[in-house]
Amino acid sequence: MLEYLRTRKGQGTRTLPVADQEAALPARFRGRLVFDDRRCTGGCAACRAQPPAAPLVRLEADGPRLDLGSSLFAPEEAEACPEGAIRFTTDHRMAVRGREDLGTRRGELQLARELEGESRRLFGRSLRLRSVSAGSCNGCEAELVALGNVVFDLARFGVQFVASPRHADALVLTGSVSLNMRDALYATYDAIPDPRLVIVVGACAISGGPFRGSPQVGNGVPPDLPVDLWIPGCPPHPLTILDGLLRLLGRLPRARGARAPEASA
Amino acid sequence: MRFDELGLRNRRAVPMASLPLESVEAFRRTALDAVEAGWRVAAFFGMPSDHGATALVMLLAHDQRGELGATTTTVTGAYPALTPDCPQVHYFEREIAEQCAILPQGHPCLKPVRRHAPDQGPPGTAQAGQAPPAHPFNQSEREDVHEVAVGPVHAGIIEPGHFRHRAQGEEILGLEIALGYQHRGVERLLEQVDRLRSVLIAESIAGDTVIGHAEAHCSALEALARSRKTPRAQAIRGLALELERLANHLGDLGAIANDVAYQPAAAYFGRMRGECLNLLLMLSGNRYGRGLVRPGGVRIDLPPEMAAEMIERLDRLRAEVGPVASLMLDSASVQARLDGIGVLTSGQCLELGIVGPPARACEIARDVRQDHPYGLFRFAYIPVATAWAGDVLARTLVRRLEVQRSLDFVIEQLAGIPRGAVRVECAGLHPEEFVAALSEGWRGQILHVVITDAAGGIRRHKVIDPSFHNWSALAAVMPGNQISDFPLCNKSFNLSYAGHDL
Repeated sequence: MLEYLRTRKGQGTRTLPVADQEAALPARFRGRLVFDDRRCTGGCAACRAQPPAAPLVRLEADGPRLDLGSSLFAPEEAEACPEGAIRFTTDHRMAVRGREDLGTRRGELQLARELEGESRRLFGRSLRLRSVSAGSCNGCEAELVALGNVVFDLARFGVQFVASPRHADALVLTGSVSLNMRDALYATYDAIPDPRLVIVVGACAISGGPFRGSPQVGNGVPPDLPVDLWIPGCPPHPLTILDGLLRLLGRLPRARGARAPEASA
Repeated sequence: MRFDELGLRNRRAVPMASLPLESVEAFRRTALDAVEAGWRVAAFFGMPSDHGATALVMLLAHDQRGELGATTTTVTGAYPALTPDCPQVHYFEREIAEQCAILPQGHPCLKPVRRHAPDQGPPGTAQAGQAPPAHPFNQSEREDVHEVAVGPVHAGIIEPGHFRHRAQGEEILGLEIALGYQHRGVERLLEQVDRLRSVLIAESIAGDTVIGHAEAHCSALEALARSRKTPRAQAIRGLALELERLANHLGDLGAIANDVAYQPAAAYFGRMRGECLNLLLMLSGNRYGRGLVRPGGVRIDLPPEMAAEMIERLDRLRAEVGPVASLMLDSASVQARLDGIGVLTSGQCLELGIVGPPARACEIARDVRQDHPYGLFRFAYIPVATAWAGDVLARTLVRRLEVQRSLDFVIEQLAGIPRGAVRVECAGLHPEEFVAALSEGWRGQILHVVITDAAGGIRRHKVIDPSFHNWSALAAVMPGNQISDFPLCNKSFNLSYAGHDL
């Protein structure tokens, strides 16, 4: 017992405070991508050839557009631009409410707004999640598990993963949705009582990720599941997931010194 | 039994034409004689050959001598199964039947491995996209036997897989494991996509083994391109591999503590796992080391000031690991929960071809870093950690020892990284060659076999995650244990669904 108390004292308190501001992440961390349209020459051969694996850049009538939902956050995706117009920042905040919100002209994102009305009242202070892993590599799942450790401590905000879909308020989908998991995904969704949310985590679940185009997968979340929160990354940093969930619930503490919650949106 | 004239070693490419092409009967003889003489079947797979035939390739490893051997044959439609005479290949032959649509005649249990349409069969057999048939589970006629079905969606945040227990009261009589829910078609993708995308796919074979798989994949390509990595690149890769091992072993120690409801160690180890991931993040820009290992070396350097900071942080970690591990494993209640549960015998280990910590926990000192040394491990040595009882406690002790030894190793090596470039060119692959890259990932032996075609493209890219070998061990240890011990046994192996399913 004395040994336990001594060890406990040595461990201290390790839980990370969370706020709407950049976290102290290392300089090499590949977070939100930004696009410098002043450097872009407007759709040269490099963009047409497509960066690796996923169509990170979409060429539209008025110029190229980044799609964070297709990004694997691989360094080569930024290096593929010969003008240096694509750059990773160390900002972890990337979760949005609509799929189209992951598209960006300059890297600015309309970050997730909080739930409205009845949903906000029901889920704002207590949210129960049911995880479904379907055709993933287990990277996103590992970060969902990490949310439960003492550093990120998701439970302090009243959010918990539960064993049964019957007890859940939301489905958290990871993976490219393999053929063999399609039925189980729908069965789990159907078992969650209304009203329910769908939260999509990681490049695979958003767009198929590195497995996009394989005949064995469905390129991510099926179009008939209504998605409430999109969290990009490969895998997303636990802080990115935490930030997204807290924005959705309207529970993200303001940045120190910030006047309004919209200040850094 | 020797394969000397072949000159095959870990990560050395040889012409495909130099592999023996034997009749099916001679192939069987070679394989059975080799296994009899102490060789282990490291890989056995098929690929399309000329005129609608299927080529079968077997890679053998002699761990004590550090040698590799290989032999091939061609079959059409069916061949007499090896499994009745050599149980080690039982799972490989199930995979061959499923991938290549050929029949190993006399195989005792040809159930699906991943439930997908054949994708390595002769032209015309591929029917991808079709819904796979249900898994045919063993059934019992006895009235006092009931079945407990678990998965594919599990109670926690766990990858999908299905476990079917046959139990009498609380006692498990048999466990059948049905996998394939994570099947993404990795091998076919690796054969088809361009070089840049293929390394991103290799990093996503198993998300907790990013370095292990990317390193084996890149090393196979480098051998085929005759690209010679610098000692500095090899050192950084080796260090990253050990950081990956540290993160996962620490996580497993915490998870085992959690499963026996010993919360303090679960919380502390869980946090320490994160410390190791954060070192990989500092180095590579990603918590799992994505974006670091690339063909020709590593993409980004580990500068001296970063090495100094890593040493400082790992020193602090080393001081914390010992007391927490003692706190957990000296506790009588923890010992009582781990001791004698889920016993794997060394005989089962050899018969099933088990690799990694579960084998080392039965005193079978298999470790690719020692047996087939590569990269950094040719110059620096990590003592192999073993235990003898083969139970959950032994697997826990092996992890604890490996954590200590990897910590010592990384701290020592960080202080003396050789100078030089970190990446060299890795251009065209030599045509019609065969290479096997083995690596000791944190779960055990990782193997990437790459065979090139006449144009230097990739003809076959075989990936074998240690989980492919070791899921059989979990099924083998369960009979006689209680249902309530299943999560603990499962955690003590902590196998990858994604790595198995590909």
